[in-house]
Amino acid sequence: MINRSAAEMAASLADGSLTSVELTKAHLDRIALVDSKVKAFLHVDTEGALAQAEAVDKKRQAGEKLSPLAGIPLALKDVLVQKGIPTTCGSKMLEGWRPPYDSTVVARLKANDIVILGKTNMDEFAMGSSTENSAYGPTHNPWDLTRIPGGSGGGSSAALAAFEAPLAIGTDTGGSIRQPAAVTGTVGVKPTYGGVSRYGLIAFSSSLDQAGPCARTVLDAAYLHEAIGGHDPMDSTSINAPVPSVVAAAKNGNVKGMKIGVIKELQGDGYQPGVLKRFNESLEILASLGAEIVEVSCKHFDYALAAYYLIAPSECSSNLARFDAMRYGMRVGSGSAEEVMNATRQAGFGREVKRRIILGTYALSSGYYDAYYGSAQKVRTLISQDFASAFEKADVLVSPTAPTTAFKIGEKANDPIAMYLNDIATIPTNLAGIAGMSLPSGLADEDQLPTGFQIMAPAMKDDRMYQVGSALEAALLSKWGKPILANTPKLEP
Amino acid sequence: MALRYEDVIAKYEPVLGLEVHVELGTNSKMFCGCNTIFGAAPNTQTCPVCLGLPGALPVVNAKAIEYTIAIGLALNCSIAPFSRFARKNYFYPDMPKNFQTSQYDEPICSNGYLDVSIDTDEGPREFRIEIERVHMEEDTGKSLHMGGATGRIHGAEYSLLDYNRAGIPLVEIVTKIVPGTGKYAPEVARAYVTELRDILRGLGVSDVKMEQGSLRCDANVSLRPIGSTTLGTRSETKNVNSLRSVERAVRGEMIRHAELLDAGKKVVQETRHFHEDTGLTTPGRSKEQAEDYRYFPEPDLVPVAPDTTWIEEIRSRLPEKPSVRRRRLQETWQVPDKEMAAMINADVLDLVEATVQLGADPTRARGWWLGEIARIANEKEVSAGELPITPTDVNEIVSLISLGELTDKLARQVVEGVISGEGRPKEIIDRRGIKVVSDDSALMSAIEKAIAAQPDVAEKVRGGHIPAAGALIGAVMKETKGQADAAKVRELLLKHLGQG
Repeated sequence: MINRSAAEMAASLADGSLTSVELTKAHLDRIALVDSKVKAFLHVDTEGALAQAEAVDKKRQAGEKLSPLAGIPLALKDVLVQKGIPTTCGSKMLEGWRPPYDSTVVARLKANDIVILGKTNMDEFAMGSSTENSAYGPTHNPWDLTRIPGGSGGGSSAALAAFEAPLAIGTDTGGSIRQPAAVTGTVGVKPTYGGVSRYGLIAFSSSLDQAGPCARTVLDAAYLHEAIGGHDPMDSTSINAPVPSVVAAAKNGNVKGMKIGVIKELQGDGYQPGVLKRFNESLEILASLGAEIVEVSCKHFDYALAAYYLIAPSECSSNLARFDAMRYGMRVGSGSAEEVMNATRQAGFGREVKRRIILGTYALSSGYYDAYYGSAQKVRTLISQDFASAFEKADVLVSPTAPTTAFKIGEKANDPIAMYLNDIATIPTNLAGIAGMSLPSGLADEDQLPTGFQIMAPAMKDDRMYQVGSALEAALLSKWGKPILANTPKLEP
Repeated sequence: MALRYEDVIAKYEPVLGLEVHVELGTNSKMFCGCNTIFGAAPNTQTCPVCLGLPGALPVVNAKAIEYTIAIGLALNCSIAPFSRFARKNYFYPDMPKNFQTSQYDEPICSNGYLDVSIDTDEGPREFRIEIERVHMEEDTGKSLHMGGATGRIHGAEYSLLDYNRAGIPLVEIVTKIVPGTGKYAPEVARAYVTELRDILRGLGVSDVKMEQGSLRCDANVSLRPIGSTTLGTRSETKNVNSLRSVERAVRGEMIRHAELLDAGKKVVQETRHFHEDTGLTTPGRSKEQAEDYRYFPEPDLVPVAPDTTWIEEIRSRLPEKPSVRRRRLQETWQVPDKEMAAMINADVLDLVEATVQLGADPTRARGWWLGEIARIANEKEVSAGELPITPTDVNEIVSLISLGELTDKLARQVVEGVISGEGRPKEIIDRRGIKVVSDDSALMSAIEKAIAAQPDVAEKVRGGHIPAAGALIGAVMKETKGQADAAKVRELLLKHLGQG
């Protein structure tokens, strides 16, 4: 039963052939069986999950009207706070901290009776593209345990690919939902900035962070998107408008007459041939389904990575200042408050986090602000303008999600720039605040590892990418004859 | 030997700059829903947002914006159609996020002015104080340094943190430099803070209590030789907790700077702490190595973009300006300049007005607040407003006097009773058995007793020497323990002695 989609599981729950307790137990068993290899979870809340499952089964028996995903288990990225449940953000800094409040995403999951299995591994404070920066060790890609599952949300995507959970929550600052989805053969969506509340999402870069759904099918992602999305008065940057009808769009799946723009700058050099081959094949399929493929140019994308690595570190240098040993989390050293702060931050943060705090502190310093942070903001505006004119020519824009398939653990660990290049195709979306999705486009010929197809839509037009994504997904499924994840190796002993 | 103030102003021109921080009187904090009640038990008015817990986000309190716009309008500022918050980054344990959410290069209000008037030897003189900006920010928590002798961080064994104040909305009102006040600089500084306080109180945006820190003033002072156009080095005096201290701090700094300059030394640009007891300042942190706060726009908040119709609506609700109000009251009440100034100095204008609004005669109301009540306030070294006597009490006392139920002398006993916390006027009158003796027969027997005791005096009065009656009236008043109405006694006595 764990191999099915969340929508199929929901149907079985609804017709009474399955209970949430059975479903939850099956996933807890699966976690017990395979997670020592995958290491997707940092914390499994067996008791809490079963209690939630029992409660929803009771409600169903009592004939209460339930939400579409009621009783379905889910894996939560450890960047979102859940009341009373250890939340580490992949850092030693927060080891042992139990938040006294629920993030809005968690509150909505609970309100929808979605069963939270536990917290998933991630790069420390969401900084990384491989989950190798977790203070608790890397997560392993279920397709090949010697490879990375992407990052920062590698734990969430690996949990889906290993059938430890049918749904997961990720967060995406520069690609942390989409790139892990691409390299694990799963679906990941970064909604429009402000589409899902950031309240209770431990901030890396406030103007870029966005929580979103991770799933094994486009429709499952749509259901989860509607469950967590919508305005939140606790988040000033949350958009005060209804959630786009993404479930309806995913069920529609008709691309006839839609214009699909291929971004010239997001292909070619640096992209693995097998990735490009699957990407072009997907374009042909969309064309065969009646979509019109056009080429668009976004001239300023060449500066996106540089701008991102000024804006995100600048904001993180300020956001992470609160981890100072005074109120919660790790505390080491003795003496004055300043000495304790210094010693704790020295001991509590990992190398990549420190690198970015230093970068950001420098970029915001007086005398450098205009040249670095100021210029980066200008690039950001230019990238938004590039997108705006591209969307005049196309309904959605597409590219490969990541330039390569999953690389080996350790392969890029000492080369930050090579690591940063993983997100070259996903970062522009965050800078512009628009919506992005990654779905599987097949296995690369050279290594038989998953490749991702990225669809981008204008702000608050998230439904468009679900429409295109579900059309492509259906066509690929009929071409392959089985879901892509049916090709994953056996993990159980 | 300290330099005399006259010598300072003979040689130097002071230049002022005043920064006033006001805690807004909103029910909830700047960025969260926590209460803002003063004096609550430590850390009981906190939540994930004002404690800066991981993941928590701020949301701007619309009431705080409204109050700030009202302040800006009252100070003749222009209101920015679009302004942003910024983060001021520095590490300090009483700041939960280790950045303060403030406004930096985009304040909500800018370019205003405030006219203040001071009494000089040549009569009232007006000064225009130009306002640079009015901006919003959040307050920090409070650190309590324990185990040391001084309560300072140096020598303390440990510190306690109270975050109740963290996130309370603050408005900072910054003047442009204020030259041209000459010898009146200390008075102008005081008058500015007083006028500003009255405006804020009139707007109802803050309780403006300097002693509780809801209104704080930092006074920047520099000197330059008379005739010079370049600015001297300034010092910034903090911890100025009363109107009187504003004046003292400015005067003290002027003298200190002049002594340094006369001795050929340099004034250090630094923060200084004012000490209420000595009236002197001591150095705080030096600003020689300017801290880099790495300001950048607060990404967690959308810009503040007040609608013009909203701004106009706030403008239309602005109360009368204090200066206009003072002029109006002076005319209606027919008060001489000196008396008016006395009321303002004693800070009883609001109290007198409130008493008059309850029905009391303006002259009588003023007489009580400026007289007996001010005297007791002086004795206790507090302001009249801090005494436990209200305009309602005073109005009641005034009305009892006019009804003949109290004499001035008895009324003073009642005032004293109210202030010492015995209760409201009626209760004190009942409890103490205070009453005017108006029973003619009781008075007559006292009069006869007085005449019997001083027959020679009575004879003089009978003979037409009326002033001599004073001695007999005094004796009657003594006999009745002051509860008789002296006028009534006089009338009866004279009649009895054939002079009525």
